[in-house]
Amino acid sequence: MEGSVAYDNDLNLKATELRLGLPGTHEEQQAVSSSTVRNNKRPNGESDARNETAPPPKAQIVGWPPIRSYRKNNSQPKKTESEGVGIYVKVSMDGAPYLRKIDLKVYSGYPELLQAVENMFKFTIGEYSEREGYKGSDYAPTYEDKDGDWMLVGDVPWEMFITSCKRLRIMKGSEARGLGCGV
Amino acid sequence: MESSELKRSKDSVNSCESARRSSFPDEVLERVLSLLKSHRDRSSVSLVCKDWYNAERWSRTHVFIGNCYSVSPEIVARRFPRIRSVTLKGKPRFSDFNLVPENWGADIHAWLVVFAAEYPFLEELRLKRMAISDESLEFLAVSFPNFKALSLLSCDGFSTNGLAAIATHCKNLTELDIQENGIDDIGGSWLSCFPESFTTLEVLNFANLTSDINFDALEKLVGRCKSMRVLKLNRSVSLEQLQRLLVNAPQLAELGTGLFSQELTIREYEELESALSNCKNMHTLSGLWDATGIYLPALYLACTHLTFLNLSYAALQSVELAKLLAHCPQLKRLWVLDTVEDKGLEAVGLNCPLLEELRVFPADPFDDEIVHGVTEAGFVAVSFGCPRLHYVLYFCRQMTNAAVATIVQNCPDFTHFRLCIMNPGQPDYLTNEPMDEAFGAVVRTCTKLQRLSVSGLLTDLTFEYIGRYAKNLETLSVAFAGRSDWGMQCVLGGCPKLRKLEIRDCPFGNAALLSGLEKYESMRSLWMSACNVTMNGCRLLAREMPWLNVEVMKEDGSDDSQADKVYVYRSIAGPRRDAPPSVLTL
Repeated sequence: MEGSVAYDNDLNLKATELRLGLPGTHEEQQAVSSSTVRNNKRPNGESDARNETAPPPKAQIVGWPPIRSYRKNNSQPKKTESEGVGIYVKVSMDGAPYLRKIDLKVYSGYPELLQAVENMFKFTIGEYSEREGYKGSDYAPTYEDKDGDWMLVGDVPWEMFITSCKRLRIMKGSEARGLGCGV
Repeated sequence: MESSELKRSKDSVNSCESARRSSFPDEVLERVLSLLKSHRDRSSVSLVCKDWYNAERWSRTHVFIGNCYSVSPEIVARRFPRIRSVTLKGKPRFSDFNLVPENWGADIHAWLVVFAAEYPFLEELRLKRMAISDESLEFLAVSFPNFKALSLLSCDGFSTNGLAAIATHCKNLTELDIQENGIDDIGGSWLSCFPESFTTLEVLNFANLTSDINFDALEKLVGRCKSMRVLKLNRSVSLEQLQRLLVNAPQLAELGTGLFSQELTIREYEELESALSNCKNMHTLSGLWDATGIYLPALYLACTHLTFLNLSYAALQSVELAKLLAHCPQLKRLWVLDTVEDKGLEAVGLNCPLLEELRVFPADPFDDEIVHGVTEAGFVAVSFGCPRLHYVLYFCRQMTNAAVATIVQNCPDFTHFRLCIMNPGQPDYLTNEPMDEAFGAVVRTCTKLQRLSVSGLLTDLTFEYIGRYAKNLETLSVAFAGRSDWGMQCVLGGCPKLRKLEIRDCPFGNAALLSGLEKYESMRSLWMSACNVTMNGCRLLAREMPWLNVEVMKEDGSDDSQADKVYVYRSIAGPRRDAPPSVLTL
């Protein structure tokens, strides 16, 4: 596994660099299960700086607070199921040598998701319209849903999308144009 | 069984010999000693002289082994030939919080094999934090024809199939107590395995299981076991089913309900209320999953003589709790969720003057956004109303030194003080100072303190206080605290009765570890994880102290020289041979 590579602007090796991390992030994400929290001085809960945009998930310390696991399982069912595990899906791009994986839960909507995918594979998706799909580029983002059908990204509400999306595929060329020209 | 070596001077042996000659028959001595129940008293007795040692070992029927690796089953069987009841504890306590690797050990099977050979008349087995498989349960069920009582607390490795084997074969079973285990719940048909002729069950606790049970089988079982006094159901049992069980078992002393939420007609509600109030002997009530204000009044009449109320699965609000507590004047032990907030705890202080134990659990321990829960105010309110309070477990998000000082002034008799300020390293939120003075007040004022868990921002001063004042302290739990080796050295240098020390994420290193060399032999165990101890320090400890087992658990990808998790315990059985590859014995 390579460490940092000299980034040549033309080749832009960074785009194809193999590394851990979410698309769009520049640092490695903190290992979530680390318990090496050494600094004893810690600010009160509120004074953690929280941005308006999606804050990074706070690293949970293993075994803290000291609650037995049977207690966590048996008490009140949580209000939102969405706390906890991410929804990782594969992203393939026609013509790219390998696939990527992204966590859909990190994004709050389609614009963020598409921006991230654009950055990841270095291309531009066109403008979305309900009537005509994605106009203005050779690419169309599609996804495979629970029934195994290939759907155009953007047609259904975001919440419904993230629960039914099994994998993403960026279609290119004539196939894509076919989708873009209205259904 | 304490593994203290027998130190008998020549003089005491001689005087024993002369006493013997004035004829005090062994049988009489054994008869007298058989009345001794406390294992600590028995340990003392066995040290008097050789005769007493022998009389004690022949008269002992129950053995308590606090660390299963401190001794081997063969050694136990050799010393105590007439055991009928065994209590065994296995994994370090931090395994409850996922800090111990899965396959760490503490498997009961080797013990069962020896017991089957040496104690065929074994009646009781009580295990805590042990690994037990279905095969072992089946082996147990068929090997001991007189087997009466099985209690499994925080164990893992078995499924409901193992319970089926127990139900099928143990014809004399009086107790089946399955608590808080990592159990593979395959289904509830195990209850049908109790034969129709089986009537001896007195204690049945399956509250831990999650799947539906065969209610028909349960109803029949409860109906024919007229001596049943403890029945703790799981969540799958409905209110309507509860009522049907209770009409056939009004003699119950301890009841754990199932789900306490269901749509009932007026008549069904009244029947439930009547069935509950008919349980005149009921002193313990638990379960109450998802209980809400609507049906709690059904309990009011049943609570008159209640001494232990466990509401830790019912997210009650303060008003609901207050109304319920008005009917529980005799309450000595109360467990609640922090959804009751400070107002709920005020109600505790007002209604429960006899309260001795309070445990407040967090409903949402991992959610920082929550600004509810309990604060120092609730704890202080309880302390004003409940002067007999001696056991507390309190999870909160803020605390002050002044509050704790007030609390221990009101309740100086604490034996167990476990305070968990949930944000690691958090100072006194009013003064921004460390919480040193809080725990200083605890150890100075509460002279009977046996168990202490500290939290919040703590410097070495806390540990100076503990070492200096906590003369009766036996168990100390420390997390995210301290500044230097000096802190841990203070504890190891003081605390004459220290038996268990568990530390995580503290800046204590080799100097601290090695300052306790002699101390560890008088302790049951030491746990240190995510501290600054190195492999070399551990190797040195192992080399200097041959009677200690020094085990190191390595994390993936950590530095080779760091000892990530260290578990040290005294043992007369030598290093264990069943350690998994991730555990190194030095």
